[in-house]
Amino acid sequence: MTQLISLLTSAVVFGTVILYGAVGEIITEKSGNLNLGVPGIMFLGGIAGLAAAFFYELHAAEPVGAIGLALSFLAAIAASALGGLIYAFLTITLRANQNVTGLTLTIFGAGLANLFGGSLNALAGGVGQISVAVTSRAYRAYIPALAGMGRVGQLLFSFGFMAYLAIAIALLASWFLNRSRVGLNLRAVGEDPATADAAGISVTRYKYLATCAGAAVSGLGGLYYVMDYIKGTWSTDGTIEALGWLAVALVIFATWRPARAIWSAYLFGVLYWAYNYIAGLSRATIELFKMLPYVVTILVLVAVSMRRSKEAQPPKSLGLSYFREER
Amino acid sequence: MTKHEPLIHIVKRDGMAWWRAWAIRLISAVMALLVCALFIYGLTKLNPIKVYGAMWEGAFGSPRRAWITARDTAILLCIGVGLAPAFMMRFWNVGAEGQVLMGGCATAAVLIYGGAALPTWALLCAGALASLAAGALWGLIPALFKARWNTNETLFTLMMNYIAIQITCFLVATWENPKGSNSVGIINQKTQAGWFPALFGQQYMMNVILVLALTVGVFLYLRYTKQGYEISVVGESENTARYAGINVRRVLVRTMAISGAICGLSGFVAVAGSSHTISTSTAGGRGFTAIIVAWMAKFNTFVMVLIALLLVFLEKGAVQIASQFHLNDYASDVVTGIILFFLLGSEFFIQYSLRFRSHTHAKEAEA
Amino acid sequence: MAEEFAVRMVNITKTFGHVVANDKVYLELRRGEILSLLGENGSGKTTLMNMLSGIYFPDEGQIYINGREVTIASPHDAYALGIGMVHQHFKLVDVLTAAENIALGLPGGVVVDRKGIAEKVRQICDRYGFSVDPDKKIYDMSVSEKQTLEIVKTLYRGAEILILDEPTAVLTPQETKKLFDVMRNMRADGKSIIIITHKLAEVLEISDRVTVLRKGEYIGDMDTAKADARALTDMMVGRTVTLNIQRDEPVNVQRRLEIRNLTVKDSDGVTRLDDINLDVYAGEILGVAGISGCGQKELLEAIAGLQTAVSGSSVKYRPTGPDGPAEELLGLGPRAVSDRGIRLAFVPEDRLGMGLVANMDLVDNMMLKEYRSGKSPIVERRHPSEMAREIVRELEVVTPGIDTPVRKLSGGNVQKILVGREIAMNPTVLMSAYAVRGLDINTSYTIYRLLGEQKKAGVAVIYVGEDLDVLLQLCDRIAVLCGGRLNGVLDGRTATKEEVGYLMTTLQADRKEASA
Repeated sequence: MTQLISLLTSAVVFGTVILYGAVGEIITEKSGNLNLGVPGIMFLGGIAGLAAAFFYELHAAEPVGAIGLALSFLAAIAASALGGLIYAFLTITLRANQNVTGLTLTIFGAGLANLFGGSLNALAGGVGQISVAVTSRAYRAYIPALAGMGRVGQLLFSFGFMAYLAIAIALLASWFLNRSRVGLNLRAVGEDPATADAAGISVTRYKYLATCAGAAVSGLGGLYYVMDYIKGTWSTDGTIEALGWLAVALVIFATWRPARAIWSAYLFGVLYWAYNYIAGLSRATIELFKMLPYVVTILVLVAVSMRRSKEAQPPKSLGLSYFREER
Repeated sequence: MTKHEPLIHIVKRDGMAWWRAWAIRLISAVMALLVCALFIYGLTKLNPIKVYGAMWEGAFGSPRRAWITARDTAILLCIGVGLAPAFMMRFWNVGAEGQVLMGGCATAAVLIYGGAALPTWALLCAGALASLAAGALWGLIPALFKARWNTNETLFTLMMNYIAIQITCFLVATWENPKGSNSVGIINQKTQAGWFPALFGQQYMMNVILVLALTVGVFLYLRYTKQGYEISVVGESENTARYAGINVRRVLVRTMAISGAICGLSGFVAVAGSSHTISTSTAGGRGFTAIIVAWMAKFNTFVMVLIALLLVFLEKGAVQIASQFHLNDYASDVVTGIILFFLLGSEFFIQYSLRFRSHTHAKEAEA
Repeated sequence: MAEEFAVRMVNITKTFGHVVANDKVYLELRRGEILSLLGENGSGKTTLMNMLSGIYFPDEGQIYINGREVTIASPHDAYALGIGMVHQHFKLVDVLTAAENIALGLPGGVVVDRKGIAEKVRQICDRYGFSVDPDKKIYDMSVSEKQTLEIVKTLYRGAEILILDEPTAVLTPQETKKLFDVMRNMRADGKSIIIITHKLAEVLEISDRVTVLRKGEYIGDMDTAKADARALTDMMVGRTVTLNIQRDEPVNVQRRLEIRNLTVKDSDGVTRLDDINLDVYAGEILGVAGISGCGQKELLEAIAGLQTAVSGSSVKYRPTGPDGPAEELLGLGPRAVSDRGIRLAFVPEDRLGMGLVANMDLVDNMMLKEYRSGKSPIVERRHPSEMAREIVRELEVVTPGIDTPVRKLSGGNVQKILVGREIAMNPTVLMSAYAVRGLDINTSYTIYRLLGEQKKAGVAVIYVGEDLDVLLQLCDRIAVLCGGRLNGVLDGRTATKEEVGYLMTTLQADRKEASA
């Protein structure tokens, strides 16, 4: 039982990172933009948050966790939205190929983040690894009274606020896409930009806003990873990149539905960590276990295309630039 | 439809003289280098020209460095060349990373299990064949689903990468040497069995020759064979292909097998000809970078040589400035990213032209 | 409310490049009436209406709505003036519901007010006798439901003036009847309606008045009560123009294709060709006339092996006449057809999207059908180069060289290359669809001459066309399609323009067997 609880908690932490990435990417893809720069954007969000907290803690005489949290949160959102803006400008205004631009953004974001993550401390004249203990503690704070309520308390209340924020954002995104007027217009843009255009919807504006807003949400995944998952440090091992691609996989697995992405993200977490809780696995077999999320994603992708269900398909204009005068 | 006519009107160009297109690309590359210079200056407060000098040093400063640059260019180029047929068919193979790894794993398996029993030439042949087959298999799977059920190939091939990565991790753990190091180590270090032999006294000459042969071969294949012709017709218009009696599905599957096989062969070159070990960094993101190489070269394998060389030069140069100026070598990815952003953006000015509205009432069709 | 006219369009001219789509056209729509806008394909009906709905902007002329001169620069402006248009190609998002499609782009609160929309939709439906399920997804809807939704959408947005672009083209007779009932209800409610059509029976049945356009020009209008089908046909097709196309007497005519019970359905299951029985003879030109979209494309593509026909259909190919051996063409596919040595040439309607590869040069386009020949895996470009040079020389193609991508050439030169290639394969059957569309006079005559030469050489030529004068002066027989059915076969030498026009627009009962 304890084992199960601990599997589930680590699955939630893991799932939260990719849930941010996936929900952001769903918002972006609903506008018809396939942004393969999610890993890069998560890198940008992570490093910007870390850098903001780092400089705050470096210069403040007595750093306050809440301020560090606010600063890093805003910095992460701004940096990842900026990453989205680069992508948007190249693909929407300059009509560059979406796949290639996204991959370039991933290279760029990963490079920038690792460059600073690895040398921020050295640049600032310090030694050793970068660490923002105070801010990270604020991110990981939970209400002890609630978390102390036995197993249920541990399972439901032992996480930092961003784990709950992720669920809230996913639900909000779900409501936004399905219920709100603007969300409806956004879906029309991703499905059939010519029709949306004829209905008086500004395709360009919607694509820009969705791409930047989606990037901001994705970037929070990087922030959560840095502040909570690895506790306010930096590691250049490329985990963020792997998690970023897993977020892209999650979009497919959840068939472009933010609400479904919530439990799917935790399921990915369970699949990813399951090896820890199965006795007698060799280190080699563990690696095979880790491919499960990708395998099930492919199965979903294939099933969706075989069933030809109209509902679970990618947005129809996904990956294509819109140029009104092309017809 | 807006009420107010935009001031600037975007028109698709009919075409552009090749020298003007290249002039635009050159200008954007220069602009990118300027931006990079600003970035480097902001970071290090060093004279950017000196920094670029140091980069040149890093890439071509000594024969040894030049050969390493050539070796890495060869691998990147090989993957790009492998992607060319798929991209020409407008099939988004973003699975090169996985295809390279599978090829690398197959080669490593041959070297490890056959190392003691077979002579090097046999090992090389077996490794090449095994890597071709493994890469082809990794390319075939998404292609079959695309042909049969129109399954989205971009997402499918992307996922295949990660399965390949985990398989590689599995094999690394299985073959690890020494135990507990979590790495395979140098395979056949003592005997050098199955390693590319030095040609003309150069350790990496064979890599370069092999890849250049492939570059020419794929160029000829696409330009002068019936299959190459079919690929370009399918890529341009499936409707025309059907009209001409081309079996679109068969071309799709066959081309992806070829594309995957060449990418798999890059894994062979990387393992048997370069690192002599296997790990996830055998591909190390080059499968993704090569997508950019292939796309920017517009499927022309000779142009790929230039672009691959440029990217490897940036990488090697950045590694050099990083160690010289105490940065880490991820600076190269930043510089690469900036240059690619500019080159990608420049294509717009080649494809489209901007016209300022002369009168407000010119409305285009939208029926 | 003294103004009698809801719409007056005066002196409207619109050109696209050098093509004059509308030349000083007049149109008047009275309040509360149904006006038919009648004309052949390419007569400028849709262009005219697109200017009223804000998609195009006229080069010259004035538009008055309710007596006031207005400028309509966008669909938005049109809506503001109470003008709504239902296009032939529906503008609906597949995965959204009816209510969601209605709400697209409209101002409103944060949340989509589904209840409010559903209520208002219900009101509109009750008022005019529609039925629309607001929660139904578009992909679950039939064509007729989609059309109904488009009409409701325009009414929802407050349209007082409705334009329907060939609404009945996609409907069954029962659905058409329902549509007409609704239109009458709307008229009774004071809406003014323009219906674009070329079906005479419908004009007479539904409309109060009719305005006729021909080749971009305004011909006239009249009250439907005073009109009859013959008179309208005359207005629509005009007087015969003599073209001086050389037409030789057919010699050595023999049956080459036997089309039997040919039925083709599209991917939505809609019947596109309905039980066609037709013979095609070597040594003659068979014209195929019809309003566009009546099955011409499907007929040619089925013969070429690009369309799957319903089982029971048959197209027999007889290379040596009616008594010789026969080969079934259906089910073979283009590759197998050419592998069997059947030289079937096809000049499709979509020249750059099907017949040629736009981004390839002349030489590579020449190879499209013959590249497979020979055992070598290498393509042979010498012969195609010669072929390209020969075609450029003989047909006077204007091109910088044979290594120029065909997309850079003008429409006429593109067509010369396509026709030239198809003729160069020494065909036994030559099919062409709208071979002279968009071409200048000289190039058109070149094409006529080439087709005539092929006929003399003993080829079975099929010419799908839209200009009746050309059909009557080029072809030996004319098969008229109407709504996917063969509505009659006429002798090209004796038939009149009115007869063809009448068969194009009025479906004959019991016209299933091939005649003549």
